[in-house]
Amino acid sequence: MSRLPSSVSTTNSLDGIMAKVRHDFPALQQSVHGKPLVYLDNAASTQKPQSVIDTISHYYAFDYANVHRGIHYLSERATRAYEDAREKVRNFIGASTSREVIFVRGTTEAINLVAQSYGRMHLTEGDEIVITEMEHHSNIVPWQLLCEQIKATLKVIPVNDTGELILEAYERLLGPRTRLVALTHVSNALGTINPVKQIIAMAHAHDARVLLDGAQAAAHIPIDVQDLNCDFYAFSGHKLYGPTGIGALYGKAELLEAMPPYQGGGEMIREVTFEKTTYADIPQKFEAGTPHIVGAIGLGTAVDYLSSIGLMNIGQHEQELLSYATETIGDLPGLRIIGTSPHKTGILSFDLRGIHPHDISTVLDHEGVAVRAGHHCAMPLMGRFGVSATTRASLSVYNNRSDIDTLKGALDKARAFFSL
Amino acid sequence: MMDLGELYKEVIVDHSQHPRNFGRLEKPTHKAEGFNPICGDKITLYLHVDDNDVISEIVFEGRGCAISMASASLLTEALKGKTIEEANTLFHGFHALVTNAPTQATQNKLEKLRVFAGVKAFPSRVKCATLAWHTLQTALTRGDQRATTE
Repeated sequence: MSRLPSSVSTTNSLDGIMAKVRHDFPALQQSVHGKPLVYLDNAASTQKPQSVIDTISHYYAFDYANVHRGIHYLSERATRAYEDAREKVRNFIGASTSREVIFVRGTTEAINLVAQSYGRMHLTEGDEIVITEMEHHSNIVPWQLLCEQIKATLKVIPVNDTGELILEAYERLLGPRTRLVALTHVSNALGTINPVKQIIAMAHAHDARVLLDGAQAAAHIPIDVQDLNCDFYAFSGHKLYGPTGIGALYGKAELLEAMPPYQGGGEMIREVTFEKTTYADIPQKFEAGTPHIVGAIGLGTAVDYLSSIGLMNIGQHEQELLSYATETIGDLPGLRIIGTSPHKTGILSFDLRGIHPHDISTVLDHEGVAVRAGHHCAMPLMGRFGVSATTRASLSVYNNRSDIDTLKGALDKARAFFSL
Repeated sequence: MMDLGELYKEVIVDHSQHPRNFGRLEKPTHKAEGFNPICGDKITLYLHVDDNDVISEIVFEGRGCAISMASASLLTEALKGKTIEEANTLFHGFHALVTNAPTQATQNKLEKLRVFAGVKAFPSRVKCATLAWHTLQTALTRGDQRATTE
């Protein structure tokens, strides 16, 4: 993590770092509809820095071979790069050993893996799984599938008007049949940073395991799985400046070792006979088939990139920008920000009276501003706030105040267009 | 670059803000719900089709973006008094209008619905424009099935 010289004003030097960051992203140097691109859809997916793009093309051009098998130079080099990436991810999330890091397609696959492997082994009829009202569909549906399969029950922690979990209600949901608590670290639709350390401790007091969905957290706040003491942590590469199709599942070694494989195939076995097959040790046990080798290596580069700027710096930059954005658009007539917790990442979800989010998004797009309009794969949460959709501007390391000013100007145009 | 005014023509903005035939029928002969899972837009169409296959009454309710609301509103205006066969022709004509180049004859038949021609340049909005029309198809198809049992 980069350290700032103490003699310099923090804000100024941070501005300096961030001004350079923008040049690392070739996609940001383009225009759309004749306007410079202002990319504010980072919660959906982030753009890629040149270093990640270079890593991917270099690997395919010069270092490509399958991993863990070939007794030849290229395969050994590829295997080393792939395992180096696992080590980088381990370091990034503070796991104690890289055996606890499983490469998966993304957060969704990670959650499905835990639901089907851990869930089917350890949960039984009448057991309870606790999720929250602010979950992304990817942290709802895998548990519903599991509940149908084993006749378990899903319980839901409600959200208050500011978009925070109601912990008293959570306490009441915990009981002797609670086996698993699965919740998002940061809400994709509200930006709320949940008090996960406390939530985990409360679950552990009831002997329940906890899975954190870190898809919206990993690029914005430092993660330390040992400090959090979570049992599983899932995140995606493409939301932290890495490639699509790759993500990681962290699980405590003793849990992963006891879990059955999620998929069968090559790479995940020790010995196969028609009578009996024995499985490889973790993490290979959960990586059947040829993995997304280049994706993992690209993810390793993305993690390097984040670390070179520093998660603390990124967090500070995004917080300052969030404050500026909240002030700038917050007092537009008819605008209601949904998700007003003081503990938020740079997500600004809002409802603008009289204009549907899709129409806002179309007008903004014509001003070069990319935002997300819709239910953000969180339909129960939308219902909670009485809307079917919101417009969401989500910030990242490369955004700046000028982006927010452009957003404000574009929203003014949308209001004028619909005569509001 | 397509001008936004080509998408949000005055008629469309007007119909979205003041939808016509908004409400419900107590005893519709045909009814269907349309839902766009991508954006959450939702409408319900209620029709009364008489014994001569003429749409004597048609209303809708729901919520969604300006394009989907205006499209539903203009659909109800266009179809009132039309036969089911004419409605089907308009469905295909409308679909052609927002996805490719309709013939001049088709355009003529569409009359006021031609205000949606601009949607074609906004591929992400085509589903908004066609939601009400797909809902109509569902309502009429169900009606047909029921008609065969009579």
